[in-house]
Amino acid sequence: MLLDASGPIVDHWTNLDDPEFEIQQDGQVIVPLHRLGQALERRAATGVLIPNDADLEELKPFFNRLDLIAVDFPSFADGRGFSIAVRLRDLGYRGRLRAHGPVIADQFAYLLDCGFDEAWVPDAVADRQPAEQWLAQLGKITHVYQRGRPGQRSILDQRRDARVSAG
Amino acid sequence: MYRYDEFDHRFVAERTSEFRGQVQRRLEGSLTEDEFKPLRLMNGLYLQLHAYMLRVAIPYGTLNSRQMRMLAHIAETWDKGYGHFTTRQNIQFNWPKLKDVPDILDALASVEMHAIQTSGNCIRNTTSDPLSAVAPEEIEDPRVTAELIRQWSSLHPEFTFLGRKFKIAVTASDQDRVALKLHDIGVQIVQKDGRTGYRVLVGGGMGRTPMVAKELRGFLPREDLLPYLEASMRVYNLHGRRDNKYKARIKILVHEIEIDAFRDQVEAEFVQMDRSAVAAPSEEVDRIIAYFVPPTLPPQAEDNAAIARMRKVDPEFDAWMRRNIHIHKRPGYRAVTISLKPIGGVPGDATAEQMRAMADLAKSYANDELRVTHEQNIVLPHVAVGDLYQIYRGLAAIGLDAPNKGLVTDIIACPGLDYCGLATARSIPVAQAISTRLADRQEEIGPLQVKISGCINACGHHHVGHIGILGLDKAGTESYQITLGGDATETAALGERTGPGFGYDEVPVVVEKLVDTYLDKREAKETFLQTYRRVGMEPFKEALYAA
Repeated sequence: MLLDASGPIVDHWTNLDDPEFEIQQDGQVIVPLHRLGQALERRAATGVLIPNDADLEELKPFFNRLDLIAVDFPSFADGRGFSIAVRLRDLGYRGRLRAHGPVIADQFAYLLDCGFDEAWVPDAVADRQPAEQWLAQLGKITHVYQRGRPGQRSILDQRRDARVSAG
Repeated sequence: MYRYDEFDHRFVAERTSEFRGQVQRRLEGSLTEDEFKPLRLMNGLYLQLHAYMLRVAIPYGTLNSRQMRMLAHIAETWDKGYGHFTTRQNIQFNWPKLKDVPDILDALASVEMHAIQTSGNCIRNTTSDPLSAVAPEEIEDPRVTAELIRQWSSLHPEFTFLGRKFKIAVTASDQDRVALKLHDIGVQIVQKDGRTGYRVLVGGGMGRTPMVAKELRGFLPREDLLPYLEASMRVYNLHGRRDNKYKARIKILVHEIEIDAFRDQVEAEFVQMDRSAVAAPSEEVDRIIAYFVPPTLPPQAEDNAAIARMRKVDPEFDAWMRRNIHIHKRPGYRAVTISLKPIGGVPGDATAEQMRAMADLAKSYANDELRVTHEQNIVLPHVAVGDLYQIYRGLAAIGLDAPNKGLVTDIIACPGLDYCGLATARSIPVAQAISTRLADRQEEIGPLQVKISGCINACGHHHVGHIGILGLDKAGTESYQITLGGDATETAALGERTGPGFGYDEVPVVVEKLVDTYLDKREAKETFLQTYRRVGMEPFKEALYAA
């Protein structure tokens, strides 16, 4: 299941995680990091699936040519991907950012707050946690303390605003 | 004291409601047990040996009488009538039922308390100096910084699934009462060239690989605190080991790549990140400062004839005055340590009745404030000298008048095999036996910290006990290793093993032999630790192992 803040979305990407798979000239494909060079020789949109210990500086020169970066979450409990997302955004990546792996609905708001646009989860997770649970989770904590998160107005800033409007 | 505003109230209420839903989704099967476990841990709920355990945060150790009364209410309503104060300024309830936990969290929220991040692989309860706003030497009230960190670390989206737990302590004093150097990050408020800022330490910790923290930054400007913490956490989250949970703390990363390389990475992250987007606005800092303005304490005479007379008349009161009283920055005031270490008692435990009595005393005599110390005691921070006898009598009435702060019977002990699922040996009964055996001699012995852990995870801080005791399982039998010379303060040191371990029944005698050796070797007014540092391990070893 692929979903973003609006709910389930159609996945237009083909994930070529099989190392033997032939990369077609057309079509949006997500390739593993070591096949990125080969995929970028095409004209069609290219995405890359990176492990959560990837060197992001090495990826930086390709940012403009990448339409999607998928960050692998080997397990929902391995939180490196959250920092990867923040760092990718800090480094200037503006394309689509996907969390890829068995993350859980309870992490959806954290993922979006760290800069992910969407999450792809295997059926084993989606069967237990349908899209309604993911969307419901987004409304659980309506205000957060941390600043500098996309789409979130920090409690600290809201307090300041309230003070200013109160004069 | 900090008070919740509408945002804090809503945040805690929403978090409790979220957890209620998670419990429901676990029961329905939407969440597997593996998925539910970290979620419940991050809400303070452990599964222990016999039952669930709920660990409630007491941020930077400060609470008011209303909050203490609520803890008593929880103990009576949903537990067995008592609670256990921990070394990290939390309180643990040992017997709650899973179905009751959301109700307990609601009850806590009604008095501005929670159990958020008291467990799990996230940033834990931020601890601070129990003598904040009391100690004459402190630079400022460290709880302002601790509160800022509490908010910043609460459900931090990036740092809620770390490789391992993460503990931060804050102090504004050069006299360390928070075990600063034994934390993942220690924040010390310091002054340099007339400016107040932070000294940041990293990589301390106990557990199976104890380490003393190293200096990460000598001076950090105030406004950079949250960005710098965020940079440090990011480096840890990305590069800390994930292959072995016993090597996953930040101390291992700092040790393996060494402090200079770690610092380079943090500074690089700090420079490239958008610091202004992360830093707290100065208005927010000012808002928190306003909650921690020093209390209005009416002037009092420094000397009080009635108290002086009672000390002469009542030798037990006099002993308590000698041990459990700390000087105050305001003349005519003192801070009182309420020892939760009655002779032969369970270290850190308090009954609901005792909690209510402490709350009453705080309300009547201590500006309605109580503090929890990492030594598992309670402090009444602002007490007029003239009220000390009343307080003493009040404490004596509930059995909390032990005059033993810092003495051999003021023992830190983990719950051990009596409660804990990880324990390999008993801790509490060992503490009780040592306390009973040495009680009569404790004043003669002087300052001596005994710390007992019931397993290698070191929750009882044995590595930094002047005498440390570690209970292990040797082929089905409890065996206790002894370490000497540990120190949790500004002169932090890790204890050194004496040699082979001892049986459960032998431990009190072993401690007594160590004490006798010290008394035999001590010069003038040396403490145990000073004598140990001067004469070394040999005489103690000989006393324990020579035939």
